[in-house]
Amino acid sequence: MTPSHTPTSTTVTNPSADSAEVTLRGAAGAMAPRADHGRRPGTAVTGPSPEAGSGRALARQLVTSVPEAVRKLDPRHVWRSPVVFVVWVGSLVTTVVAVADPSWFAWAVTLWLWATVLFANVAEAVAEGRGKAQAATLRAARTTTTARRRCADGSFETVAAADLAVGDVVVVRAGEVVPGDGDVVEGMATVDESAITGESAPVIRESGGDRCAVTGGTTVLSDGITVRITSKPGETFIDRMIALVEGAARQRTPNEVALTILLTTLTIIFVLAVMAIQPLAVYSGREQSVVVLVALLVCLIPTTIGALLSAIGIAGMDRLVQHNVLAMSGRAVEAAGDVSTLLLDKTGTITFGNRRATELVPLDGPVDGGHDRSELTRAAYLSSLADETPEGRSIVELAGEGLADNACDDLATLRRRGAAFVEFTAQTRMSGVDLDDGTAVRKGAADAVCRWVTDAGGVVQPGALEAVESIATAGGTPLVVASRRGDETPAVLGVVHLKDVVKPGMSERFAQLRAMGIRTVMITGDNPLTARSIAAEAGVDDYLAEATPEDKIALIRKEQEGGRLVAMTGDGTNDAPALAQADVGVAMNTGTSAAKEAANMVDLDSDPTKLIDVVSIGKQLLITRGALTTFSIANDIAKYFAIIPAMFVVLFPGLDALNVMRLSTPQSAMLSAVIFNALIIVALIPLSLRGVRYRPSGSTALLRRNLLVYGLGGVVAPFVGIKLIDLVVSHLPL
Amino acid sequence: MSDTVSGLLTIGVLVAALAASHLPLGAWLARVFTDEHHWRVERLVYRLCRVDPSSEQRWTTYAVAVLGVSVVGIALLSGLVVAQGALPLARGAAMGWDTALNTAVSFVTNTNWQSYAGESGASPLVQTVGLTVQNFVSPAVGLAVAVALVRGLARSGGATVGNFWVDLVRGCVRVLLPLALVGAVVLLLGGVVQNLGAPTTVTTVSGGSQVIQGGLVASQEAIKLLGTNGGGYFNANSAHPFENPNAVTNLVQVFLMLVIPFSLPRTYGLLVGDRRQGWAVLGFMATLWGLMVAAVTWAEVSASVGPLGAMEGKEVRFGVWSSALFGASTTGTSTGAVNSLHESYSALGGGGVLFSMLLGEVSPGGVGSGLYGALLLALLTVFVSGLMVGRTPELLGKQVGRREITLTALALLVMPALVLVFTGVGMVAPIVSSQMLATGPHGLTEVMYAYVSAANNNGSAFAGFSADTPYTNLTLALCMLLGRFVPIVLVLALAGALVAQRRRPATSGSLPTHTPTFAGLFVGVAVVVTGLTFFPALALGPLAEALS
Amino acid sequence: MTNVIKQSVAGLRALLVLTVLLGLLYPAAVWVVGQTVARDQAAGSLVSVDGSVVGSSLLGQQWSGDQWFQGRPSASGYSGETSGGSNLAGSALGDEVARRADAAGLTVGAVPADALTASASGLDPHISPAYAVAQVERVAAARGLDATRVRQLVGAHTEDRIAGFLGEPHVDVLELNLALARLTAIGRG
Repeated sequence: MTPSHTPTSTTVTNPSADSAEVTLRGAAGAMAPRADHGRRPGTAVTGPSPEAGSGRALARQLVTSVPEAVRKLDPRHVWRSPVVFVVWVGSLVTTVVAVADPSWFAWAVTLWLWATVLFANVAEAVAEGRGKAQAATLRAARTTTTARRRCADGSFETVAAADLAVGDVVVVRAGEVVPGDGDVVEGMATVDESAITGESAPVIRESGGDRCAVTGGTTVLSDGITVRITSKPGETFIDRMIALVEGAARQRTPNEVALTILLTTLTIIFVLAVMAIQPLAVYSGREQSVVVLVALLVCLIPTTIGALLSAIGIAGMDRLVQHNVLAMSGRAVEAAGDVSTLLLDKTGTITFGNRRATELVPLDGPVDGGHDRSELTRAAYLSSLADETPEGRSIVELAGEGLADNACDDLATLRRRGAAFVEFTAQTRMSGVDLDDGTAVRKGAADAVCRWVTDAGGVVQPGALEAVESIATAGGTPLVVASRRGDETPAVLGVVHLKDVVKPGMSERFAQLRAMGIRTVMITGDNPLTARSIAAEAGVDDYLAEATPEDKIALIRKEQEGGRLVAMTGDGTNDAPALAQADVGVAMNTGTSAAKEAANMVDLDSDPTKLIDVVSIGKQLLITRGALTTFSIANDIAKYFAIIPAMFVVLFPGLDALNVMRLSTPQSAMLSAVIFNALIIVALIPLSLRGVRYRPSGSTALLRRNLLVYGLGGVVAPFVGIKLIDLVVSHLPL
Repeated sequence: MSDTVSGLLTIGVLVAALAASHLPLGAWLARVFTDEHHWRVERLVYRLCRVDPSSEQRWTTYAVAVLGVSVVGIALLSGLVVAQGALPLARGAAMGWDTALNTAVSFVTNTNWQSYAGESGASPLVQTVGLTVQNFVSPAVGLAVAVALVRGLARSGGATVGNFWVDLVRGCVRVLLPLALVGAVVLLLGGVVQNLGAPTTVTTVSGGSQVIQGGLVASQEAIKLLGTNGGGYFNANSAHPFENPNAVTNLVQVFLMLVIPFSLPRTYGLLVGDRRQGWAVLGFMATLWGLMVAAVTWAEVSASVGPLGAMEGKEVRFGVWSSALFGASTTGTSTGAVNSLHESYSALGGGGVLFSMLLGEVSPGGVGSGLYGALLLALLTVFVSGLMVGRTPELLGKQVGRREITLTALALLVMPALVLVFTGVGMVAPIVSSQMLATGPHGLTEVMYAYVSAANNNGSAFAGFSADTPYTNLTLALCMLLGRFVPIVLVLALAGALVAQRRRPATSGSLPTHTPTFAGLFVGVAVVVTGLTFFPALALGPLAEALS
Repeated sequence: MTNVIKQSVAGLRALLVLTVLLGLLYPAAVWVVGQTVARDQAAGSLVSVDGSVVGSSLLGQQWSGDQWFQGRPSASGYSGETSGGSNLAGSALGDEVARRADAAGLTVGAVPADALTASASGLDPHISPAYAVAQVERVAAARGLDATRVRQLVGAHTEDRIAGFLGEPHVDVLELNLALARLTAIGRG
């Protein structure tokens, strides 16, 4: 495990198949730089960075994939795609014919037919090649590991990581690699997980709680931990990642299977249509050569989508990896495109996760003596100075802005002067300070502070309770501030408005989701009042307040019964049942192994908003398939107009009227169609790897746009392409 | 008034009549297939059939019932035809065993291809007790299957698709019988005969002799068209003056063919609880029908400028316009009745009526079969376009997954496979080519037309082709059988798969299937799929003929 | 299997019951209506001369001799036994039309289309008004009648499109010839 732990490895930009030193992050980074995670609402998923899209990089990938593509000519492999298999058989037939009865035309067609099969294999090989480099590094991490296993008698033995069984307990010390997935049962350590996440900052793992999971292949940096192994060798997280990036575990997804069935049916129809031509041609008086018929067949069957289908699937999974999300199955990726309800935890996803002071509300009108804003501000400031909670710090921040610099005494100064700070406890539910001049300031829950005031003979003004009430109604948390000067009776000065602050840009993001037809539901432990106010501010469609894990599952079930697909994120063990119930469950990598086990995706960045990207990627995957299918079928129109007149013009000169492209000779017409059919595969490899551009918008608008580009474009493009190729072919000295 | 104005007005009146009947008949059909109550006569029928009208069937039982009544129907009808010589009212009518089988299959499959001439092949007893009954039952079966598929879409998370016997009996009793009665009386008043007289020979005015036929024609004529059957009482079918004596009865006949198929989209919209879905399907059907009427009319009117005025094989009382309208409608509805000879149409006109069938009988298709054919194409369209909006494709909240697309694709594969295989074999088999009247491309079209007509359950013919040989009778019967029942079983399986699914609510992310964009794509898919499948054959037939 | 048998038996019963309803009662009902309100149409719109049926106004007949208005060529010779047309198209049709023109002493292109084309039924009772007019001179000459008188007769028997737009204008040849015979009888008488 050498340079892969260092941040510099993330800049390795050569994802070619033989570069074993690239880490997962490195390979992914090469295609989608880290900047992806700063993606803001409104940014469409556009696929890889310019680096991968650039002609040179791709050209190199294409060339290096050729040997693999040639290996894939094995019929046992080709058989997996019925469309490509038909081309393969056709190529074989024309080869036999060309050998038996050589002519330049037969050989030219044969060559281009083999090229068609080869191009299909290249597309797949390029897509697969991208994962291989990542896999190589991961595998190195796995195989070099040994483990110190605790025996029954308490002694330790050294065994290979591959020999560990579920339930074994191992000890890992600083500098060692964790031998397998497990839960920390003793101790606490900082762990470098960059091999998995690419994130170089170490994380803390400790026994108990939600941070107990460690992943095999990560390195302990300090201290030592005892780990109970939770997965069998060969089925660890890292193994699954290897399988995933290599495509070894890639099974066809349901939608891919359905599309393959449709393409196969189309192929059968075209096989029949072409086979029927021969007797019709014989009757009409001119038998057609086998080469011509095979050429026509290959042009008609949906070779473009047939050739690119598996590459599209692999590339879709790859795009997820680029976003640092690991999908455990392709099915989950497709399901992501169908999600119609998104469950988002409020804390950390929609809001910053901490309540912040947003306002100081002084009480209206002096009641007895003069309390004004500056007094409240100062009191709030003083009472929170020792409060290290985020809420406390936010009060200091807010109040500090309202005070003159000389009023901002710091903690140390006050302590030196003899101020006694009162800490917050669950019993008193307030905190504050007793200054050396006898002034006491208290801040805390309304009832606690009010009792403090009344107990000392003070009176709580009605205005204070009104302010508390109005803040609570607005979904905020009111903190009452009171003070007592010397021997005076204490009085309430005002109320601090604490509020959950919604992350900027969230409401735009939810509006975007709504446009995509996705409903967002905010999950929060807050009371309904608070929840409603935050929901309104963030712009989510619905909320679940005071949510327990059971409530979550019940909500998911209810949505699913209504026929909706539900996606959610989670990290804790108590999220696991809900993650398992959801159609798309994304576990945070920082989460427990129970959560990761239950989820069908793991987000290595532990970024809950990533779910939105995941949905986009799922949609993009389906759109790319649909668009290229449409394109492929639309292409046939032009090919017919090229080939049919060429086949029969001798028989029926009138059919030359159908030769709308005015192709020069029958042979060049047929050959041009075949060449176009082969080259279009290569031309569309970048698109199938990158995915069709997806902009969140209404479905009809989306359909209209894609129909225009890939439907109409699919009709027009081959007319132009075949004509151009014909111009070249007809000028060859043949 | 010019022929053009007259022709356009005729189409206008027809469209107005169809538009007027669309809503009430569509609503009536929807009520018929959802009504909780049974009519008294229906209860009597159920009791006599010993079926329980209140029980619902899974798709498998439903399919077995469809096949059961059809197989029994073929057996009964072919038996009746073979035995007709020994039965009352025989009048010398006779068919060979292969013709009898072909006829039985033909009428049970709603094809009504006729390898015999009505005047000499079928006795009045066969015509009424045999053929007329199947003229009711076969469209009622189509209706039932279509309704079962619609239930598959409309119901959420169920297991059953209805009760076939109830659907069958209601289709006959509540829909076809009343409409046929009205239609028969209108035709009767228009001059269509209805008598039991034997053919009588009269001495004509100039001293020759002529046989004047009789028969219970009006009653059979009405259901022939209403049920999109098409089997004529006489050989010349709706060209015969006793079947279709004038321009008014002609318009009534075209209306009868189209009225149920064009009302079913409304029924569909009502049953799935979203009328806009019905409008989209109606738009799809009407567009294709309009295109085909325009194409055939254009071809024939263009051909009529020659010295023969495109009048060979057409009747003076109908002229070119009403003949083309009838031709496009009869091939678009799987009726197959003709009021003019399609074989004598111009190359493009004949290619037009051929293409109209090749669309798969969805413009607007046969009774029931048009709707389920259109819904199959809708599922195909949804599959491709649904992907393009980034979701697993769905129609009305039902996912088009692996099972659904397999069934849809197979159902759509049947007709092209039959046509291509049997036409291919026919072109090189002397047993077929010796039966052709024409030569060259027109001969090719003749044979292709026969198998297209059979596989699509249309029944019209390029009648120069002498199809009454054992080989053609049996192969055509096979095409009719497979072309009818393989899709029916697949459609019912599809209904079963769909009904089990829970209906997902529509969101702005799901693809709406009622928009003009979708309807346009829907039409495009039908035309492109047909065009791509049959372009080579059409190029060697009608196109080669037209362009030479 | 039991289900198959059960459903098939139900199918048999259903077909038998429906045969009574649809194959017997329905045609009978229409027949009764015909006998009550449309006896003439139901019987075939028969035309009688002197008490004996000579044909149907809906069916064309073969007319021999120049003194009769001729109907269209018929593939079945107006026999009425089996209806149908020529099913010819293309060059085969061209040859056939040339043969018909020869036989009738007509010139292709010089006469209306219906004069040389066979109908679909072989029993087309009608010809176009143009073809009727084209025959006036010949018929008048053969009968020794005034051509204007015959032309008037043709005009009287020319039926316009129904309701002004449905179908084509046409002349029923049987009715025209019967009127012609009456006219001739009057003329002689």
